[in-house]
Amino acid sequence: MRTRVRAAALALLPALVALLVSLVVLAVVLALIGVDPVTALSAIFDFGRTPRAQSNQTRAWISQTVPLFLAGLAVSVAFRMNLFNIGVEGQYRMAALVAAAAGAAVTLPAPLHVTFILAVAMLTGAAYAAVPAVLKVTRGINEVITTIMLNSIAVALAAYLLREYFRDPDLPANTNPSTSKIPESGRVPGLDGLLELFGMQSPSRPVNGFLLIALAVGIVVAVVLRSSRFGFALRVSGLNLNAARAGGIPANRMIIQAMLLSGALAGLIGMPQVLGEHYSYRTEFTAGFGFSGIAVALLGRNNPAGIAAAALLFGFLDRAAPSLQRAEIPPSVVTIAQGVIVLAVVVVDQIGRTRLRKAEESRAAGPSAPAALAEVSGAASTGPPGRTGNAETAGTAGNTGTTGNIGTAGNTGTAGNTGTAEKEATA
Amino acid sequence: MSTSVGAAGPAPQGTGPAKSPGRSGPSPRRGPLAPGGRTRRLLVATALGLLALSIARVMADEPVLTSSGTMTAVLGLSLPIALAGLAGLVSERAGVVNIGLEGMMILGTWGAGYGGYQYGVWGAFLGALLAGTFGGLLHAVATVSFGVDHIVSGVAINLLAAGAVRFLSELLYKGVPGGGPTQSPTVRGGVSTFDLPVLSSGPDLLGRAEDTGLPVVADLAGILRGFTTDLTVFAVLGLALFPFFAFFLWRTALGLRWRAAGENPYAAQSLGVDVYRMKYLAVLTSGALSGLGGLFIVLFSGLYKEGQTGGRGFIGLAAMIFGNWRPGGVVGGSLLFGFSDAVRLRSSGSGGVLALFLFAAILLAALAVRQLARGHRLHGAALAGIATAAALTWSGLDSLPNEVTTMTPYIVTLLVLVISSQNLRMPTYDGVVYRRGEDH
Repeated sequence: MRTRVRAAALALLPALVALLVSLVVLAVVLALIGVDPVTALSAIFDFGRTPRAQSNQTRAWISQTVPLFLAGLAVSVAFRMNLFNIGVEGQYRMAALVAAAAGAAVTLPAPLHVTFILAVAMLTGAAYAAVPAVLKVTRGINEVITTIMLNSIAVALAAYLLREYFRDPDLPANTNPSTSKIPESGRVPGLDGLLELFGMQSPSRPVNGFLLIALAVGIVVAVVLRSSRFGFALRVSGLNLNAARAGGIPANRMIIQAMLLSGALAGLIGMPQVLGEHYSYRTEFTAGFGFSGIAVALLGRNNPAGIAAAALLFGFLDRAAPSLQRAEIPPSVVTIAQGVIVLAVVVVDQIGRTRLRKAEESRAAGPSAPAALAEVSGAASTGPPGRTGNAETAGTAGNTGTTGNIGTAGNTGTAGNTGTAEKEATA
Repeated sequence: MSTSVGAAGPAPQGTGPAKSPGRSGPSPRRGPLAPGGRTRRLLVATALGLLALSIARVMADEPVLTSSGTMTAVLGLSLPIALAGLAGLVSERAGVVNIGLEGMMILGTWGAGYGGYQYGVWGAFLGALLAGTFGGLLHAVATVSFGVDHIVSGVAINLLAAGAVRFLSELLYKGVPGGGPTQSPTVRGGVSTFDLPVLSSGPDLLGRAEDTGLPVVADLAGILRGFTTDLTVFAVLGLALFPFFAFFLWRTALGLRWRAAGENPYAAQSLGVDVYRMKYLAVLTSGALSGLGGLFIVLFSGLYKEGQTGGRGFIGLAAMIFGNWRPGGVVGGSLLFGFSDAVRLRSSGSGGVLALFLFAAILLAALAVRQLARGHRLHGAALAGIATAAALTWSGLDSLPNEVTTMTPYIVTLLVLVISSQNLRMPTYDGVVYRRGEDH
């Protein structure tokens, strides 16, 4: 028990230190490019003076966070199988279009209608992700190429489908095309009274109700990844494909399943907008979550809780753009801040982990143990710090590499990898 | 793990046994055009491709397929992608995955815009190189010195670059005539262009040959003329980089060390190679080359505009994988993309794009015949089926919707990947974080 608490603390500590350091780095970078860091940072942390403004800002924060969280989840599922799904961007665009059109075309009782739209979205996302998955399994085509190409194809295809088939027929001829509005029964109601629960004033518009769905999705994904047979197979295959194959896990099926799940989750990214704000797919649909999702997934270390934290951080910065503008600072500072934070967090985190691992290794080795033995016992007994290092190599670094690399390149070797992955599941 | 640190591994970019007589070839006196030789196969394939293209041009009556105007556009469209691909290649050959190509290219376009606005075209050149190299430096510090995951760093650089260029424009172009938060003033002074004398200007022999409209002759003349007109110093320099890096990485001692850092850094380290230095060199070069890719985009439109790269960094990444991490392959992938893009842009309506279907049908039919002759019935039949489908598409459709023609280069790339066999081999330690002396 004590070791477990210690392990959790050791895993969190570098991340927290990293966050603080990254703020300092950000301040320095801002000063270097000629922005007063105090003004900029206080604008980023400024939620407004009136209670109403504060709750509006909180609402904006939540509505930025939800799609980022879903995007991060989608990217991370593929990452776990060492697949780099750059195509989340295209998958969620196609899914949003088809789901919005399908949702407007039918009338169903309220809960069924929403479920139907979500199912269509997930199926469309999965279907669009199936293309790279099948091409990878049958023709060995690298998924990075296919998903990059499919992203560009999705933009054109969605524009074509919208203009030719899904356009709201009642729209005047010269307006921007949009799908018909989804009827009342297919909309996700806003969460009235959510912020009031925390003693805040009610915002001008209620918080998007998709927050609850996203939370539920996050929990389901976390449970599936952690406790299900599929989650185990995914983790093992991601860490060492050869070991997984020897253990009877079919690699090709795992590739297909991981990609389909990733695509299905990607299908949900556009849903907060479609079901809770616009009630239709329009040309001014918000793009770019697929790419931010990559950063969020990586910052969150492919772990649902971490992704939630990273999405909150990114959403927090995104919502600060208007505050910055009011302080007469270009809002592009937000994007710079996100980049600096991602880099600073991972750099500091990396240093911290390396230090900790070395400290643990020398502690475990003891003064009298022979060197060779020390090496082995260091790898075996100091699981937690070594484990996080390994999981990271396997989960992110190796994603474009052949899996064979990871076994040899990982810090403590294959046996340590799989063994410690188990600890991660139980920790 | 077998590595090619020594001269052991198969020379990847090797021009086969032809150019290294006595080392691996069974008969040392085989010339470059000997049967089965790589150069010969390449020449035969090029000739057949030209023939197919010519037949398609005549049958579809679409001169746009091989006109010199199209080919000039091919050069302009392919070069930035190919440079991004080469940038990815030099970095990944040293074992550092570079997802930040797009960001470095964005920095390059901004640097070119600012340098061009201040000091003219050579300023643009320097600006692009410096800005791109700065992006490479960031990536190198993060991945090589700090051992950060390569993808994380690349993604962060893409974010940073997008934010930084907007910020810098807002800062420096405020109130500047022609400039603004999303664009720079125009580059001062144009780039002087030149044509190849005699052949493409003056007597313009190639132009005359092109005007005859004869099959094959006119097509070949159009292609050659397109690649030899409206050249700039920078285009020639950019083109020369590909043979240079092919030679440098596979035929020099430094190149061997460079690739050893990507194939097995620990073996390289044990032989005394400073792997960190190699990786730094590679990633800085990668940044400079991406920036150079950005320069061509800026020179093409005469100023920097936000979003100008249009994802070409990513397409370059795809071209690099497509080309199996080799310079020749990168060029091939970029040309394929650039050609289909150029035909789409240059053809009035969708006739040119439809003619591409005919071209594909002819090529596939030829491949099918070859496979059938070799006894691969199933493969041959499948190819013949696709060829028929393509031919029917060409003859059956009058026009394509606008949006569909925009997808052309992406779909062509995907289809070529599906049809061609994929036997890719990335550098063994590509994307793996290297720490000196931590080989367990």
